[in-house]
Amino acid sequence: MSFSDSFFAARFGISRRDLENYLSEALSRGGDYADLYFEYIATSSIGIDESIVKSATQGVTLGVGVRVIAGERTGYAYAGDLSPEKIKHAAQVAAMIAAGPAKVESVPLDEGPRRNLYPVLTSPNETSFAERVALVQRADQAARAADSRVFQVQASYADSLRQILIATSDGVISYDRQPMARMSVYVLARAADGVPQQGHSGGGGRYELEWFRTERTPEYFAKEAVRQAIVQLGAVDAPAGENVVVLGPGWPGVLLHEAVGHGLEADFNRKGVSAFSGRIGQLVASPLCTVIDDGTLGGSALGGRRGSINVDDEGNLTQRNVLIENGILQGYLQDKLSSRVTGAAATGSGRRESYEHIPMPRMTNTFMLAGESDPEEIIRSVPRGLYCASFAGGQVDITSGNFVFSASESYLIEDGKLTRPVKNATLIGNGPEALKYISMVGNDLKLDEGIGICGKEGQSVPVGVGIPTVRIDKMTVGGTA
Amino acid sequence: MSSRSELDNLQEIARDAIQQALSAGATDAECTLAEGSEFSANVRMGELETLKEAGSRGAGLRVLIGKKTGSSYTSDLTPEGVRHMVAAAVELAALTTEDPHVGLPDASELGSIPGDLRLFSEDVAKLPAAQKIDAARRAEAAALAYDPRITKSEGGSFESSTASRIFANSRGFSGAYAATWCSLTAVPVASQGEAMERDYWYSLARDFAGLEDPESVGRRAAERAVRRLGAVKVETTKAPVIFEPRIARSLLGNLFEAVEGKSIYREASFLAGKLGEKIADERFTLIDDGTLPGLFGSQPFDDEGVPTRRTPVIEKGVLKNYLLNTYTARKLGMKTTGNASRGITGNAGIGHGNFYLEPGTKSPEEMIAGIKDGFYVTELIGSGVNTVTGDYSRGAAGVWIRNGELAFPVSEVTIASTLQEMLNGIGEIGNDLEFRGSTSAPTIMIGEMTIAGR
Repeated sequence: MSFSDSFFAARFGISRRDLENYLSEALSRGGDYADLYFEYIATSSIGIDESIVKSATQGVTLGVGVRVIAGERTGYAYAGDLSPEKIKHAAQVAAMIAAGPAKVESVPLDEGPRRNLYPVLTSPNETSFAERVALVQRADQAARAADSRVFQVQASYADSLRQILIATSDGVISYDRQPMARMSVYVLARAADGVPQQGHSGGGGRYELEWFRTERTPEYFAKEAVRQAIVQLGAVDAPAGENVVVLGPGWPGVLLHEAVGHGLEADFNRKGVSAFSGRIGQLVASPLCTVIDDGTLGGSALGGRRGSINVDDEGNLTQRNVLIENGILQGYLQDKLSSRVTGAAATGSGRRESYEHIPMPRMTNTFMLAGESDPEEIIRSVPRGLYCASFAGGQVDITSGNFVFSASESYLIEDGKLTRPVKNATLIGNGPEALKYISMVGNDLKLDEGIGICGKEGQSVPVGVGIPTVRIDKMTVGGTA
Repeated sequence: MSSRSELDNLQEIARDAIQQALSAGATDAECTLAEGSEFSANVRMGELETLKEAGSRGAGLRVLIGKKTGSSYTSDLTPEGVRHMVAAAVELAALTTEDPHVGLPDASELGSIPGDLRLFSEDVAKLPAAQKIDAARRAEAAALAYDPRITKSEGGSFESSTASRIFANSRGFSGAYAATWCSLTAVPVASQGEAMERDYWYSLARDFAGLEDPESVGRRAAERAVRRLGAVKVETTKAPVIFEPRIARSLLGNLFEAVEGKSIYREASFLAGKLGEKIADERFTLIDDGTLPGLFGSQPFDDEGVPTRRTPVIEKGVLKNYLLNTYTARKLGMKTTGNASRGITGNAGIGHGNFYLEPGTKSPEEMIAGIKDGFYVTELIGSGVNTVTGDYSRGAAGVWIRNGELAFPVSEVTIASTLQEMLNGIGEIGNDLEFRGSTSAPTIMIGEMTIAGR
């Protein structure tokens, strides 16, 4: 495929000449760099509640964002349609960040390198709606059939197809087609004493709809949500204070996202306000830890992972970035502005929520490489502690480095065995310190099911996480017991 | 912008979309349009760093065919875009399930409260960019000048917004209103040795004149950041906890989730089935009021075209009302409280107006003075609140209270309890209620919580 066959050229008649003209307009007051970001998103969503399909929505948004960089300054404007007058106006508004005569007269554009990590032939949102409605109905039935204590089931399905086109004054045109689909199931179950507990499960990625019929079915997610709710029915109060904590494989990788990932985003480090600022080359984790952010992970024959993208939202190819190697901090995640200012090489980490947003350095799929320990041996090594199988999310204060994450399924470890389930509790630690207490790393690296959303400064982007079983010798658990 | 003729034009688009939906077989329809423009400027270390200015608009439609529902939205308000939107919603309605409780509000419930709510101010739209940037610059400069330990900054920023909202339905409702806001924020970083601490302060108003002056915003942000330096992790203990107003608001956010109709009819709230029962200390009175002029939770009608109103949620500790839209009211056999809320499309969810806790009599200083050992919380992080069970566990930072005085900063700890015990164990409610944003609370003291640290 070449640019003339790409989505924006074919559907909206956007030509190379148009892009060059808009970029020249954006640079007309002397900016050093400019880019255009065209975006078209078609979405659909379906929700079932009380076995009634109560909602079905579809829609489209279209727009273009224009950015101008002058030194460390950024000017940004956007237009909600593709009329040349609106785009030119946005370019003129963004150009105001600079003041002076144009330094760059014309911008000849060439296509950047291309690849396809998610060769999805039919995007889920191009399939029949009835097929997608059937997925939430199956989830509802499976959850209700799984256990008689289940009394509420909600299931949702959502997909999107995002078409983007990026043209930069570096002279590069990039474009990508980014399909996405996910399902989630939420249940409430009631014990004999009448107190309800919730369970939640879900997953997805940049896959064909077939993925939900063969690899992760509605029944799979339904049973997992029910299992979590039922486990909670017997939960006891979580301990309060410092404990040995063992994280199970997969979704608990959210620890890495919060404890180190955000703190390694280059914008914070360029400003010197991250707890990791100026620490490259230093030991920030146990030597057992190697942490990667990789936007290129494939998923299966049916598509790619949720956190993966072919090109980032600034037109750079994504790549595998080593953040921490054997405990030593290696580098930061860059966006174009940070790369320009600090001279660091691009890492393919510039992402944005939509055309209305300025790109920032963001994570993609963040995970720790497997170690050598047998996961069962890790649990056996703990006389008394907490085992966390799943989390509901987390948050970090990147300046102090303090982070939290909320356990949604955890168990007491007593004499090397998992015993009673405990109630949800928040775990808290400090980024540059917490990973130093990792004393065992399992051989069982697992990635999450594909449901992560990362929020930063009001912008949400899809991400993935992963981790093998790890033992952390000291972490504060926020229970009441 | 939001001129009268532009609003009229948008209302016409909404009414036209509804007519088209009815012609295509819908038995009822409702259409929301939103239009707005935003401005933001960030100044860091004295230099303008980011300047953003743009406008956008969008439309959403929800149709009913008998008891089935379909929805759609578009950013394309041309006749062709609207036609596609109508066709998409009608197509989807055929695929959903009949729901006996679905439907628009009764015609008698529709309307708009009279009078000017003072949501719109001309000066926000007219203020020159240079003046907005200058305010951001002054706020940051005041923070940097406050103390030599303020060495870095994430900047001073000014944001403003002008937005219009249009809603019409097939039962004859058609309404529009415009609103403005602006805000000024400073985010300084204090450092001491290797350790850094960040904090912020902001002011938010419907008009420029209502903002705190930039020097005050900067100074308060800096005071807060410096106060956090040298924080320690305390030993695990049980003690009284004070939530400063900024933090107390998050507790109201948790309570909102527990009293909104959707979680009630699903029995997904620890307050489901408790109407009329005493669930909190008798000094606890929680109000929702969407009718207060000039405030951030006010609007003339909710997102289903029902007038907003004042609803006491908890009165002297007794749970009096849930917050409902039309659907959840019908599920519960009640009447809507005018709390429907939605983006531009889909079924209406539930939102709140000005959701606030009535003030008590003691000043925050008096509350602190009465505590021998306790924790004054100035920051909470994480999402560890389960409103189904009431279990509460969040990451916290703040200042330790010793012998009635703020003694030393604390961080990397958690506070835990249950919402039930916290509501019943209210120690004091402060006299310092101030309306900031749409959720407002005075200082709150909880008699005892578990603080987990070393």
